[in-house]
Formats: sequence, C-alpha cells, structure tokens
Amino acid sequence: MTKPHSHDHDDHDSPHHDGGEEHRIALRVKALESLLIEKGLLDREALDKFVETYEKSIGPRNGARVVARAWTDPAFRERLLTSATPAIAELGYGGLQGENMVVVENTKAIHNVIVCTLCSCYPWPALGLPPVWYKSAPYRSRVVKDPRGVLAEFGLKIDPETEIRVWDSSAEIRYMVLPMRPQGTEGMSEEDLASLVTRDCMIGTARP
Amino acid sequence: MNSMHDMGGMDGFGPVVAEADEPVFHAGWERRMFAIASALPYTVPYGDDHLRREIERIPPTDYLRLPYYAYWFHAIGRLLEEHGVFASAPFKPAGPSIKANEVDSAIQRGASTRMSAEGIVSRFAVGDRVKARNIHPKSHTRLPRYARGKAGTIERNHGVFSFADSNARGDGPQPHHLYTVVFTARELWGEEAAARDKLYLDLWGDYLEPA
Repeated sequence: MTKPHSHDHDDHDSPHHDGGEEHRIALRVKALESLLIEKGLLDREALDKFVETYEKSIGPRNGARVVARAWTDPAFRERLLTSATPAIAELGYGGLQGENMVVVENTKAIHNVIVCTLCSCYPWPALGLPPVWYKSAPYRSRVVKDPRGVLAEFGLKIDPETEIRVWDSSAEIRYMVLPMRPQGTEGMSEEDLASLVTRDCMIGTARP
Repeated sequence: MNSMHDMGGMDGFGPVVAEADEPVFHAGWERRMFAIASALPYTVPYGDDHLRREIERIPPTDYLRLPYYAYWFHAIGRLLEEHGVFASAPFKPAGPSIKANEVDSAIQRGASTRMSAEGIVSRFAVGDRVKARNIHPKSHTRLPRYARGKAGTIERNHGVFSFADSNARGDGPQPHHLYTVVFTARELWGEEAAARDKLYLDLWGDYLEPA
C-alpha cells in the first residue's frame, strides 16, 4: 500500500520501490557515512548543512523571484535573456549547478521545455533539486520525441501553431524557462507575481 | 557508452507520473547520500564526469530498477575503490574535509567547468550547418544516441569548457568550445514530428563535423 501523505519511507514501503531494498540501501548509506567520517574524509555537521540548505534555502521560490523581477523590470528581463548567470546573481542566486545559466522565454509563438535525457542536469540555484519525475525514464525518454504528448499529460495543450523548443541540457549549461506573464496581473506586486510561478512553469511543463 | 541512461527517444516507459507537493527528499538515506556526494570531492578527487561515468556503468536492468540516489551510492562506491580509499596502503586525501561553516560559500562558488578560451580556436560559427559524428565510445560521452549522424545548425557558442569525455577517461580536461546546436524535430524523429518543433542540444566541438 502506498502512503501518498507520508514523505519519509525509511520504515515504510516506498511507493516506487521494494521496501526491503530501500531498507538495505538505507543501512549501507549509513555505514558508508560512518566509515568516511571515521577516516576523516567527511564532517558530519557539514553533511547536515548541505541537507538543510537544499531542503530549506535553495528551491523554486528563488526562480519564481527571478521570473517576477523579469515581468516587472524590462531592463532586468533583457539582462536575464542575454546573460542569465549575472542577472540571476543580482538576486543573490548562483553557484553549484547554475554556474552557466541560460534563460529561454516563452511567447505566444514559442513554448520551451527543459530536460536532461542523459541524467538529471537541472538549475539548482534557481529551482532547487529536481523532482523524481524529471529524473525518471518516462519524462527523459519521451519529452524529446513527443513533447506535445508529454505536455498534454501535464495538462498543457500546446497550439499546433506554436513552435515547441525542447532543450536537452546534458552538457555544462543549465536552463530555465521564463514563462509568459498571465493576463490580468497588471496591478500585482512583484511578490504576488512570484507566488503565481511554480517550479513546473520554469521547466516548461506548466503555465502560470 | 551506449547504455540505459541514454534513453532519449525510447518508447515504452509509460506516462510521466508527477507527485503532488513532492518533498526534496523521500527518505533519510537520500538526504545523507546527497550530502555525502556533495562533500566528498573535497577529500576524494572526483567530479561530475566521473560520477556520471560510474552511474552509466550500472547494468541496464539495475538502472531501471534502482531509486535515483542509489545510483549515487553505487557510483561513489566505485570511485572510492578507484582512488584506493579502502586499500591497505593509507589514503592521502586531496585536501581537508569541508566544514559546516564553509558549505554556503562552497555552494555559492560552484564548480564551473568553464576554462580559458585562450589559444582554443572555434571550429564553427553561429549559423554553420554541422553534423553530429556517428561515434559509439565505450566510455562516457555526452553525445546522445538520438543525435548521432544528424544535421543541425550552430545556435550559440558558449565558450570553452572541460571536455566530459576526456576528463571521464582520465585523460584530462582537453578544453573544447561548447555549442548549442538546433535540430529540427523532423531531422531527429522523422516526418511524424511536428514541422515547426525543434530540439536544442549542447555539444562540444569534438562531436561535430561540417555538414
């Protein structure tokens, strides 16, 4: 039985994998950590800090703020689309897995969607760590060949007149989509606009 | 290598299943595995190219069965073995282990593989027609199978980066220009693909020849 509302599966059956195997790998990871700490190759508090940072500080709210800024500041939008890494750094975001960023803009004529077919490349400073589906075989195998079919599964029907651009980010550049600003949001503050922008809008599998 | 990880264009994996309100990690061991992999390069000298090389060596049947962070566990086990961390001779760390108060700045600093472009000539210009080489190395490569032998156009030159293939083989970074190449969907997938759709792929110059 799967437990959709229980997010920790250390002691439960995982919805995706055999519970026994999860238990075995949990023990082996624990043993590896202890051994490497004992050898002086890892520091336990540093490990805690990495986890805390990616669970609490670095996530798609960062990217949403970048998008909201681009929607409200034309000069910033221009910088973001021509030289994304320093533009994103203006908001304080950068570093690991976002050292060389490119932002691609959705318009009425063009819809962009990001994938890494070879592994799991993803713009960490802007979006955090990728969701499981982004790293999964169905998405990686199919979005390059049948983007319209995959986007339809996300509830996105792309007009046949719209050009789809799939970005397979499997080398050293990390990509993020700048979605179109929704109509009727003219009076909204930057902060309120950011709250409209989900992770999937910046991968290209949703629209705000 | 032509293994399971290179799955772009395959059929049969079923629909994409997205989890609502997905947490960053699904289990304690995933948290720890992520952190181990983040901190370990300070003492054991490996990079993403080496980690990916070892993930790709996981047998295809296991690759499809294992949860994502188990890839990291297996790959890091192999890298520790390669560097002699558990050998009888004492292991000499590459440097001191990273400490908690150094983590933020390490993340901010990143680990860019961009290198000096001095003396590295670009073989292609934006707008050039190119063809991805039909190569099938048994070692790590970032040229996906679906693009091999296909013709596209240079969209952008990103500058010079360490070359994943040579670096993963242990032959050093051998810097090359990295390009975004745009392919029409029909060039890659045939006449059934939508006429106006395109695929953008980042490729090192070594993967390309003039078309």
